[in-house]
Amino acid sequence: MNSNDRYVVLETCDITKRFGGLTAVSSFSFQVKKGDINSLIGPNGAGKTTVFNVITGIYRPQEGQVIFNGSNIEGLKPHQIVAKGIARTFQNIRLFPNMTCLENIMAGQHCRARSGLWSSVFRTKRQRAEEKQIHEVAETRLKQVGLSRYSNELAKNIAYGNQRMLEIGRALASNPHLLVLDEPSSGLNDAETRDLIGFLKDLRHEDLTILIIEHDMNVVMGISDWVTVMDEGAKIAEGPPETVYNNPQVIEAYLGKEEYEDDF
Amino acid sequence: MQVVIEQIINGLTIGSFYALIALGYSMVYGILKLINFAHGDFFTLGSYVGYTVLVFASAALTAYFGIWGMIAIAMLVAAISVALVGLIVERMAYRPIYASGRLPAVVSALGASIVIQNSIMIIWGPRYQAYPAALIPNIPLQILGFNISLLQLLILVMSFILMLSLYYVIQKTTFGAAIRATALDRDTAALMGINFNKVILFIFILGPALGAITGVMVGMYYRQISFTMGWNYGLKAFTATILGGIGNLPGAMLGGLILGTLEMLGGAYISSAWKDVFVFLILILVLIFRPTGILGEKIAEKV
Amino acid sequence: MNDEIKNRLNTLGGRRFWLSLVLIGFAVYPFLMSDYFIDVAFFFGIYALLGLSLNVVLGEVGLFDLGHAGFYAIGAYTTAILNTTLGIPVLMLLPLSAFTAGFFAYLVCSPIIHLKGDYFLLVTIGMGEIVRLALLNNPFGITGGPNGVFGIDYPSLGFMDIDTSLKFYFFIWIVVGLCILGLMSLQHSRVGRAWNCIREDEIAAEANGIDVRSFKLLAFVIGAALAGVAGNIYASKLMIVSPESFSFMESCMMFSIVLIGGMGSVPGVLIGAAAISLFPEIFRPMAQYRMLFFGAAMILMMIFRPGGIWPRKRGAIQKGQALKGIKKPLLPGELPGA
Repeated sequence: MNSNDRYVVLETCDITKRFGGLTAVSSFSFQVKKGDINSLIGPNGAGKTTVFNVITGIYRPQEGQVIFNGSNIEGLKPHQIVAKGIARTFQNIRLFPNMTCLENIMAGQHCRARSGLWSSVFRTKRQRAEEKQIHEVAETRLKQVGLSRYSNELAKNIAYGNQRMLEIGRALASNPHLLVLDEPSSGLNDAETRDLIGFLKDLRHEDLTILIIEHDMNVVMGISDWVTVMDEGAKIAEGPPETVYNNPQVIEAYLGKEEYEDDF
Repeated sequence: MQVVIEQIINGLTIGSFYALIALGYSMVYGILKLINFAHGDFFTLGSYVGYTVLVFASAALTAYFGIWGMIAIAMLVAAISVALVGLIVERMAYRPIYASGRLPAVVSALGASIVIQNSIMIIWGPRYQAYPAALIPNIPLQILGFNISLLQLLILVMSFILMLSLYYVIQKTTFGAAIRATALDRDTAALMGINFNKVILFIFILGPALGAITGVMVGMYYRQISFTMGWNYGLKAFTATILGGIGNLPGAMLGGLILGTLEMLGGAYISSAWKDVFVFLILILVLIFRPTGILGEKIAEKV
Repeated sequence: MNDEIKNRLNTLGGRRFWLSLVLIGFAVYPFLMSDYFIDVAFFFGIYALLGLSLNVVLGEVGLFDLGHAGFYAIGAYTTAILNTTLGIPVLMLLPLSAFTAGFFAYLVCSPIIHLKGDYFLLVTIGMGEIVRLALLNNPFGITGGPNGVFGIDYPSLGFMDIDTSLKFYFFIWIVVGLCILGLMSLQHSRVGRAWNCIREDEIAAEANGIDVRSFKLLAFVIGAALAGVAGNIYASKLMIVSPESFSFMESCMMFSIVLIGGMGSVPGVLIGAAAISLFPEIFRPMAQYRMLFFGAAMILMMIFRPGGIWPRKRGAIQKGQALKGIKKPLLPGELPGA
């Protein structure tokens, strides 16, 4: 499935991010190819979320570049990166808790709309048309993530699993080229996780590339086209899921060195 | 040079007032993340209570305890009664609101400030009140060739002792460690068996008491007190808190002393009419360029 | 009982009914009252406008602004100074006052807009105090120091001057009405949503493509400009402005209006403004105790209704509005275009 000549959507070139004396990510390079579901895995503290925060512009790396669709996006602000077509979710869900589910998704379309202060105050024809369209797209997205019946419910009042889906729906609402999900299955039960896998597989029809941090190996093996493994801030392996699964270095990183040596 | 140093001594005197008030702000902010707008009014209240003791019981007290004893008693009475008021305010205006978030607490604190201020106005009247003259003989002293009044010296020494003892309690005792732990992480501290209510009790006794003692000192220093003065001192003390690093007690003391000195020097050498403007400019500049203050540490926001 | 009222208010017919009742009340009120009570209602209007202006900053975006009186002062002094020295008509100064206050807000807030929560609160307190102290110090001899500036003209519409309590009453309430319409439109727009997102979670807002910095500044400038408008009207009504009218207490009042009424809620702000401006009138007989009661009321309010008297209700009402464009009635769960 993963041939080398396919279009590279996202590429990081030697990114390094330090916090004080701690190097969270060191000289990390990887590629995400168009249409793939690419998983970034690694033990806790490996620097996965930091890589995500660098890609989405929340952190600025000390060194390196982030190339998205052929242009360097390092140094852009998070909202500019969203406009370029990267949408994300957070490990610990960050919704707009006191807004309705529908409004959350409407807010996701912010960068795809243009109405400003004056057109909003005077409710110009264009503004009303745009607002109506935002509303319709939001309802469609809400249905896509299976939350239509919670449309007018405040986001903080719906169940945890639903909040995860709502956050994904909100990210999708910006019509991204690349969807970046930070541990989407954490906190979900088995049934919800299965639903999530099915949902992510369905998203392939949308001309969408997905980058995902995941702990649950069932999820990783079930959906990934390509897996990148990080440990201590660096890439230690990558490849199709089966290859990576049997890579001794990966096993070492996950299970610890001693146990690995005992096996020999 | 002589004059500059004397100005600095004057600045340190005012600065020690700010520092002592700032301690109360800083403790409450450290523990509750609440700007206790009523704290400046605790200070005013202390000043008025001290005034009442000094004016109305002076003859009897002086006869038994002498002039120093009388002043000590005035401070003690002010400290105890204001600490009591502090506890009542905490119980009635703050405790029911902790759970509702930060903004309601801000409004409630403003409300408490208005209540205390107007209570003072109703009890003592809206006009200025004057502390008895020459309570402490105005003896000009010459120390290392610099002029300093006995009262000033007394204030500086006393503030120094108060700050040092508070510093000792907070930094060296087990209970102080409990307070610092609660300031860092309330939930974890509670899990370690630290009684949150005891910590609150402590800060709402000590903060107002320190404020009240400062009030008496300010009364003796300037001789004139008004029911609205708490606001101005409070805001400056809070600026000192920010300057030193919010929630950081040594920082609050240092901030107070620096602020007082800067204010005095700015007033003397740039413009006295604009000196309060300098104070607020300092506040804004510190917040822009070093929001954690001189002694504060940078805390990165977790994403 | 309370729920019954809420249900009635939420149905469209019910809302129209109550709204017209309120409007008629406002129209008839001044003809039944003495000038004194018309003036009371005028100041209610001023506080409503100030509350609405702060609500943009505090209620919609969640920026703790306790120095809003500074912008109010700048609006009032712009009007006062330019009218008394250059003789520019007061009404022409209304947009200029708004612009000056807004521009000032832009200048001072650009460097501090990234500050969070209490830090922002403190900077705004400092800023408000600097404005007041500067006015008091009479820079270049233009602000008149503690005495202020006096002799400001009445606004003139060309065919008539706004010179009686009655005219001022209608003037302020028409302005308030226009503001309400504009702000309500904003609430249900991309801009209002972006503001609310920032209030809810700044990082999530940024990660959703909202330019947090610009939208915060926008809110601040609009809030300041509306306060400038209030300053202009206040100056022309009183014909004198002095620094004591723009003290920290005034900022506290505005802050309380928004929180007592309910953050981000237009009817809430009106109720808050009514409470703040009418409370002292009701307690006037107990002159010296009234501020005491007022402070106590603030505390009690926050204990028993921390969300305000009339918090903004989200959801049901919006649906009715947003679905207006869709003709066919939808079944529950069915979606347009699906």
